[in-house]
Amino acid sequence: MPTLTLIQAVNDGLKTAMRTDPNVVVFGEDVGPKGGVFLATEGLTKEFGDGRCFDTPLSEDGIVGAAIGMAANGLRPVCEIQFQDFIFPAFDQIVSEAAKLRYRSGGQYTAPMVIRTPYGGGIRGGLYHSQSGEAYFCHTPGLKVVIPSTPHDAKGLLLAAIDDPDPVLFLEPKALYRMLKGEVPEGKYTVDLSTLRTVREGKNVTIFCYGAMVPVCEKAAQQAAEKGIECLVVDLRTLLPLDEEGVIEAAKQTGRVVVVHEAPRFCGFGGEISAIIAENAIEYMESPIARVTGFDTPFPNTLEHHYIPDDRRVLDAIEHVWSY
Amino acid sequence: MTVQEMLSVIAPDGGINGYDPKMSNEELLHCYRTMMRVRAFDDVCLKLQRAGRIGFSIPNRGVEATQIGAAAAVKKTDWIFPSYRDFGMALYHGISPVDMMHNMYGNAADSAKGRQMPVHFSFTEPIHFFSISSPIGTHIIQAVGAAYAMQRRRESNVVLASFGDGGTSSTGFHSGLNFAAVWKSPVVFLCQNNQWAISCPSSQQTASESYAIKAKAYGMPGVKVDGNDLLAVRRAVSEAAERARKGGGPTLIEAYTFRMGGHSTSDDPTRYVPKELVAEWEKKDPVANFERFLKKRKLWTEKLRDEIAAESFAEIDAAAKVAEATPRPGIETIFSDVYQDVPQHIRRQGQAAFDLARRKGDASTGDGAFPL
Repeated sequence: MPTLTLIQAVNDGLKTAMRTDPNVVVFGEDVGPKGGVFLATEGLTKEFGDGRCFDTPLSEDGIVGAAIGMAANGLRPVCEIQFQDFIFPAFDQIVSEAAKLRYRSGGQYTAPMVIRTPYGGGIRGGLYHSQSGEAYFCHTPGLKVVIPSTPHDAKGLLLAAIDDPDPVLFLEPKALYRMLKGEVPEGKYTVDLSTLRTVREGKNVTIFCYGAMVPVCEKAAQQAAEKGIECLVVDLRTLLPLDEEGVIEAAKQTGRVVVVHEAPRFCGFGGEISAIIAENAIEYMESPIARVTGFDTPFPNTLEHHYIPDDRRVLDAIEHVWSY
Repeated sequence: MTVQEMLSVIAPDGGINGYDPKMSNEELLHCYRTMMRVRAFDDVCLKLQRAGRIGFSIPNRGVEATQIGAAAAVKKTDWIFPSYRDFGMALYHGISPVDMMHNMYGNAADSAKGRQMPVHFSFTEPIHFFSISSPIGTHIIQAVGAAYAMQRRRESNVVLASFGDGGTSSTGFHSGLNFAAVWKSPVVFLCQNNQWAISCPSSQQTASESYAIKAKAYGMPGVKVDGNDLLAVRRAVSEAAERARKGGGPTLIEAYTFRMGGHSTSDDPTRYVPKELVAEWEKKDPVANFERFLKKRKLWTEKLRDEIAAESFAEIDAAAKVAEATPRPGIETIFSDVYQDVPQHIRRQGQAAFDLARRKGDASTGDGAFPL
């Protein structure tokens, strides 16, 4: 089985989808001959022609709006927003159009499409190449929000997203693009959306995380284990629709919960996880829930390593809920 | 013809200026009948809204020639991305008044299952009349995507994207025209310049000398046409559509017309539209204009007009009665069609709503009145 980086797995997933379904088209800014600024679409124009992988004018609302029309009329668009920070001109097309088309037309028109975009910090990109905007989109009925954290899941979830009958926002943790390698099966396979992945078993503390925070939490869990605290690490993988029952079950297993994300805390996804546990499993809780998140500030450039949660901060939270 | 000149076909005496529409008498009368049915639809909906039977409607008076002239230029295999003021396009292509009335009532038979306000139609038969959303201009770029799919499959179909003068200020207008021109997509952009975006006149909308001239900067042909002249609109849209079918790319057409009524049944245009302007445009009435043409062709009499008016009113009134007698959608329709399959959290919320209704009775319907 080939060993690939996460970005290579995305590229492999796109190629696999385009080889198996002639309706799949890939487009965005610089995704054509250049192959994308991170090379996710490298080689696609060469293999599939410029009718199936092509550059667009520099307009995010145009990219997503056009994708909706293509999807409604039989294509399977997979468009790229170069950085998630640039997605906001397309916010209306995503939340008011793509996500609502099936509902508002009584199922007559649908938008089966994927919007891929790299999110998160770790590349010294400052305010506008580092944001984690998942919470804005998770507030949108009709949309699916997916975030892989391994090469295997990146390909499997991407192929599931492309097959999905509803619009999917596919957030790629750019910090992990080339940081880790993993085994990725050749050809087509899918990882079911709305399923959790148990990263590590443990009976003392449950850690919920996703995307670029997964390796950070694994590292912290290893350090905790050395101190005798066994952590159950859960990769959420699909934030919307979330496997709520799986979350509740994982929280009950230890009665102590840490939620970790890179995005700001206030109204962040950790708040939703905390509320689900509070509503459904509070009697199992042995300690308050701890959140480890980005700060409620814009994303800083030079000091980004202080902003992004690291193993120190996660371990500190683990020790806090364990010793409570 | 430059974008400064305005294309017209029907002469003041009802003759035609050097253009043969090549339409049969039957087709011409279908256009006329459709105009009259739109008028009947307006009349019936105004009564229903005033009587509190429906919450809202959009009057079409004044712009019927633009709607129907454009509709008469496209085929059933083409797609229409309509604005909310496009009743005539739907009726022309055979969408039934009963189905439209179901939407006005938001009842169980509504294709949108009562989820949208009135006038937000969505149909796939007998023509793709794309689901309407309220934010202005968002569909213009979507139309380009639908056209790209046609291009990709090497179909000879086109997309007719319709919007108002206000829509030209939207982001979707810019991205739509720009993408379509770069991709040479088969789209006809129809700007219905009815001169008002709710209460804002065109002078507040653009400093360009026309809307058609904007085409030049995007790199596509622009045509300004008399929007109260059904044959002129049909000619412009037909020529643009035929060019698009042959790979000639998009066209922007500005149909210069006038919204004779309010923005909606909740709007009072006398607060902002000068009376003299209304009087001036009353003389250019698009239905009377087309009647002069039909009369010259010996296809029209006052008697025929009265018969068609009576038939149209009876048809639309009967459609309203059918919709009125149709029950509301069931509570389960709140929770379906969010996704193809209902996810567990939505299923739980639906279950809780059913349980509550069983235990405590239904929610009060309230008396919400729409302000715009």
